Amino acid sequence: MTRTIEEINAKIKAGKVVVYTAEEVIGLVREKGVSQAAREVDVVTTGTFGPMCSSGAYFNIKQSTPKIKCGGGRVTFNGVPVYAGWAAADLYLGCSALPDEDPRNAVYPGLFKYGGAHIIEDLLSGRKVKLVAQAYGTDCYPRKEYTTELGLEDFNNAVLFNPRNGYQLYNVAVNLSERTIYTYMGVLRPRLGNANYSTAGALSPLLKDPELRTVGLGSRVFLGGAEGYVVWPGTQHVPSPPRAENGLPLTPSATLALIGDLKQMSPRFLRAASFTGYGATLAVGLGLPIPVLDEQVMAQAAISDEEITYPIIDYSEAYPLARPGDLGRVSMAELMSGQIEVSGKKVPTGCLASRARAREVALELKQRIKDGRFHLTQPVAPLPGAELA
Amino acid sequence: MKKKLVISFPPRLIQEPVTYHLIRDYNLQVNILRATVRPRERGRMVVELMGDKKDLDRAFEYMEDVGLQADPLVQEMRYYPERCVHCTACTAVCPTEALTVDPQSRELIFEASHCIICESCIAACPYSAIESQF
Repeated sequence: MTRTIEEINAKIKAGKVVVYTAEEVIGLVREKGVSQAAREVDVVTTGTFGPMCSSGAYFNIKQSTPKIKCGGGRVTFNGVPVYAGWAAADLYLGCSALPDEDPRNAVYPGLFKYGGAHIIEDLLSGRKVKLVAQAYGTDCYPRKEYTTELGLEDFNNAVLFNPRNGYQLYNVAVNLSERTIYTYMGVLRPRLGNANYSTAGALSPLLKDPELRTVGLGSRVFLGGAEGYVVWPGTQHVPSPPRAENGLPLTPSATLALIGDLKQMSPRFLRAASFTGYGATLAVGLGLPIPVLDEQVMAQAAISDEEITYPIIDYSEAYPLARPGDLGRVSMAELMSGQIEVSGKKVPTGCLASRARAREVALELKQRIKDGRFHLTQPVAPLPGAELA
Repeated sequence: MKKKLVISFPPRLIQEPVTYHLIRDYNLQVNILRATVRPRERGRMVVELMGDKKDLDRAFEYMEDVGLQADPLVQEMRYYPERCVHCTACTAVCPTEALTVDPQSRELIFEASHCIICESCIAACPYSAIESQF
């Protein structure tokens, strides 16, 4: 059985496409087998919703009169510094940027209640932000100071552009030390007090196409409630990770660089988050449609929470000092039970990614495809290390 | 009979040995779940009281007479479901299973009657979905 993207798009247009979410398809394959399921289903939708710090947005502001050259100057949104090393009116806001007056971890642990991500959420929620620009002034851009309030609609362009999202597989974080530590994996209690994970498991985009046979540069995705695109491999993308027999990587590996129109996005699927003692970040809702091009695609899209395993890493020493340490592996199903066993100790688990919201992403993408509002794309090129189906 | 409550002490009553009286004069079992007592500030204590209804009623009268405020433990921790994304990070640090995950919907469940106001969840929540009034 093989199927092409063109055939799937024709079925979407005709209103005859069959779409399952990456959770729903597990039961179907168990019941009917891979071959039958592959014949029946055209697309499997995935979803994830979790903090992804390598996220941000670039903006182009309407010029003031007289004109101002922000490039080389200093610009803030609500006190949060924005990168202005470009032309006169282009700015980039990183989600982890903080106001200068934020005490950070000088008062430990810092709270990081307002940063770049919160600006993005404010704009998406219809609130205006205050722009303050200081420039050096040129003959063609004489203005040196500019203060204004801008809503999302006031920008010429507002584009979400995330250099690294959708990490394929992630660590389970624990703390072997004697004190509470505050990490990007959340608050970790001493002496294996808790184990935190951050993954959508059986719904996770890149875990359901583990060898990246259907996703590549140019793939259209669900991003923050709108359409987005894979523009490049994400930073730190690992082309040839060690893999299990089912194709799943054993360590954090593939990543995606994503882009989409911020003006079309929704605060339901892009949320600002404040990690105590760590920083501000953006929780991103991301969904990839997996076209069922052959039986192998279907077999891998049906990988279950029981089959996905993650390495357990100590974040008090092994992670910060890059020391080896083997605390074993644990499956998504075990993590979701609320308790795992590490070094003979029962440890409660907590998640940083929302499975409930990930499910909402996958269901929303499924609905858009069924309604003919979302068509699939043929990747222009594979991601490094991958071969397209 | 068992009652969980927050007892607030005005600064002038910080010296009053309340727990002693509750145990000795009213024959109650007193389980202190949490307390903050600082000089010249209002003190607060989360306690679980166990005993006969008659003794409990008399204990409440005593507390009212001396000027202690005893409130049922309901509004101390406030959960804002509209801010919550159901990541469930809080469940790993909650010692009493007041915060749990529904295994089907994977949504957070806050059972206020199990909460002992330890506030562990506050630092664990990235979305300020839980706040303490304690």
